[in-house]
Amino acid sequence: MLEYLIIILGMAGVTYLPRMMPLVFLANIELPPFWKRFMNYVPPAALTALIFPGILSATDSALFALAGGLTAMILAYQKFSLLAVVIFSILVVFILQLGVQL
Amino acid sequence: MEKTTRVKDKSLSKERFLAGLKAGLPVAIGYVPIAVAFGVIARTLEIPAAIAILMSVFVFAGASQFVAIELIAAGIGGVSIILTTFFVNLRHLLMSATVAEKLPALPTRWLALLSFGITDESFSLLATSKIKTLSAFYVLGVILLPYLAWTSGTVLGVLIGGQMPSILESSMEIALYAMFLGIIVPEVKKSNPKLIVVSLALFLSSLLTWNPFLVLAEGWRIILVTAISAFIAAKLFAGDDVNA
Repeated sequence: MLEYLIIILGMAGVTYLPRMMPLVFLANIELPPFWKRFMNYVPPAALTALIFPGILSATDSALFALAGGLTAMILAYQKFSLLAVVIFSILVVFILQLGVQL
Repeated sequence: MEKTTRVKDKSLSKERFLAGLKAGLPVAIGYVPIAVAFGVIARTLEIPAAIAILMSVFVFAGASQFVAIELIAAGIGGVSIILTTFFVNLRHLLMSATVAEKLPALPTRWLALLSFGITDESFSLLATSKIKTLSAFYVLGVILLPYLAWTSGTVLGVLIGGQMPSILESSMEIALYAMFLGIIVPEVKKSNPKLIVVSLALFLSSLLTWNPFLVLAEGWRIILVTAISAFIAAKLFAGDDVNA
């Protein structure tokens, strides 16, 4: 049990430091223009890396995952709220999976 | 006089906090099934319930927790597990730096507190928020519900241990991807440089996943794709406004 606790504390430490250091040390600093632009492009780049190809193995079938993803993209393009995007995508995948089971 | 200003500040803080809670709700919904799955898998691997829960309370980082319980169950040493966790979660360095750009000057203890809640998902919301300078109370609101969903979901998973219908769980695993897409589509719609960054990242991510030469851990792939694409775009679009 103690060994487990030490592992958890170690994990907590090495996870917290990369989260904490940039926030504490960069929040009050003005970056040079190049790095400002770089930071501006981090969100779309990181989101793409988080979505693809991970989404393909998100559900039991890559095809259903794609259908869910496509639903999300269409609704987001039509300016639906994030909550609606999430709920409808879950619904589409759920209905497709239900259809296969029946 | 001073009292009325303070009351006004207080109601503004409350308003921002509530707006943050609302923004964080989709993330919280997405976390529940994953946290439940984490609790369930931990029990199947015969990890003590308290350990699974404490891990969610103190680490609060999805992918690395799944990896860690697998490694623990396989009897891998603590140092290797901690080192693996470090590499899996190193990507938060970039994300946290990006969020830092959107925060006002805050006391260090506030920054230290808020930074605990930086995850892939809260980063996505905060870094792309339409609010130009985020207030501390808003950020607190954004990270609170997801944290509660993560920890209570783990408790639930540990308790039910495999009783959740798999079809529901599997359907809900699309949630976080749907949320990422819901954030990125409007971003790309209004900015051509961002569309190019996304195409570049899509290409690099595929290249690093499907090539015969190199097998990369997911954490490294995300870091490399993000850093390289953002760097090239920053070089390429030197003349563009930062807010484009």
